[in-house]
Amino acid sequence: MSSKTKGGFPNPLGWIGAATLGFLAEAGRLSMFAARVKTAAFTPRWYFAEIWRQMVRIGFYSLPVVGLSSIFIGAALALNIYTGGSRYGAEQFVPNIVVLGITRELGATITGLMLAGRVSAGIAAEIGAMRVTEQIDALKTLSANPYRYLYAPRFLAGLITLPLLVVVANIIGVMGGWAVSVFSLGFDSTTYLRNTLDFVTQEDISVGLIKAVVFGGVIALMGCYHGDKSQAGATGVGRAATLSMVGAAVLVLAFNYILSTLFVRIGL
Amino acid sequence: MTQPILKMTDVQKSFGPKHVLKGVNIDVQRGQSLVILGGSGSGKSVMLKNALGLMTPEQGVIEFDGVDVTRDQGKTREAMRARVGMLFQSGALFDSLTVWENVSFRLIQAERIKRGEAKERAIETLRKVRLGSDVADLYPAELSGGMQKRVGLARAIISKPDLIFFDEPTTGLDPITADAINDLIIEQVKALGAATISITHDMSSARKIADEIAMLYHGEIIWRGPSSQIDASGNDYVDQFVHGRADGPIQPSI
Repeated sequence: MSSKTKGGFPNPLGWIGAATLGFLAEAGRLSMFAARVKTAAFTPRWYFAEIWRQMVRIGFYSLPVVGLSSIFIGAALALNIYTGGSRYGAEQFVPNIVVLGITRELGATITGLMLAGRVSAGIAAEIGAMRVTEQIDALKTLSANPYRYLYAPRFLAGLITLPLLVVVANIIGVMGGWAVSVFSLGFDSTTYLRNTLDFVTQEDISVGLIKAVVFGGVIALMGCYHGDKSQAGATGVGRAATLSMVGAAVLVLAFNYILSTLFVRIGL
Repeated sequence: MTQPILKMTDVQKSFGPKHVLKGVNIDVQRGQSLVILGGSGSGKSVMLKNALGLMTPEQGVIEFDGVDVTRDQGKTREAMRARVGMLFQSGALFDSLTVWENVSFRLIQAERIKRGEAKERAIETLRKVRLGSDVADLYPAELSGGMQKRVGLARAIISKPDLIFFDEPTTGLDPITADAINDLIIEQVKALGAATISITHDMSSARKIADEIAMLYHGEIIWRGPSSQIDASGNDYVDQFVHGRADGPIQPSI
């Protein structure tokens, strides 16, 4: 569909039509890819050594960035809640709101966004480089299915490690809020921690962990998808990494909203 | 004539409006070394990828040892791949694996051979391509281009295939290393008794390793004959290509 008229002027309807068709085609391709990866991930054969290697790369090596992000988010959250709460004389609710915000929302979302940058782009660049240097063709000629050998291990590693990282992010985020509250805002350490533990529920923690599983799948899938359809050359691989990072970040935020809405409706 | 190990009949492949293969007809017998010549963009790599099942043709039939594998991606194709080796132009060695893990990849992943035994066989195969056991634990990035080609050759021959594809085996190598690779190809292929299909535009390599030479031009095989007759082909296209002349029926792709 042409998005320009014969005179060379932009045709808004043509542009909207072309963009809509392009979006639907891309969504269709991504859905097909996701279905094939899921089939490969949940049916034998599994490459356990590859799954373990990806868990270390995605999980263990992300600990520093997740830990640092969480401590600063928790600390900033405590300061802002204290400032806002002091207008109504509600400063004492800082530990409650910090733990609620971290476990239900920020722990999973910040971890998801950090890993969209670190992991999704990394997977896309790695697989994109494998695509353009014929390594994926070589895998096929050596009787290895790329969906089982490359994509499924990354997808499973994302599903498994994101919740573990979110547990770490929750603990460090809460401790960031505790540190600021105790050392800067004059809270009593024991009271702060007791209020935190009394207030947080198993449901709050579960909400964050369920989100983390979804984010882990999304992040790994976007990296694999954009890497797999990477165009030749450094530009193609760079573009795949950028697209996967942007796509994963947007989808993490979109799924966060969708899941939050769902959890509110079912009373979780 | 016995049944060919690989036979392609009227194979056609297009990318959008561009018809890359316009009806390729070719076959190779067991133990035969066939070299396919062709300039850049003539369809050599696409033909090879169709034969390997990495692409599916729109039309035509590809038979491996008498079995139609044209559109099959299941067990028939897997059975074919278990009997086929491939040396990629770029080597296509897996960056994240060591040299011995690359060489024995099929043994470990497809044939489920234990790692200890696989490593022994990898080192033994590396010796056949004149590489010592000291390179086994290195990563591909630590090797020179010539050494990477030899590792790729070791990976292609380790499972004793019946048919080996070579995609530009000497491209990017200095003349001495290229000649050494040609010698290794001849030596190992003769030892295995395998058929080979090599695509190249390196005439010295083609003359050295080929029993027969075919020329692919604009997606069709336009000439085929014994290697010894390449200089007296009677075909203007082949003659221009063999002598590397800019003047003639083939327009330079610049």
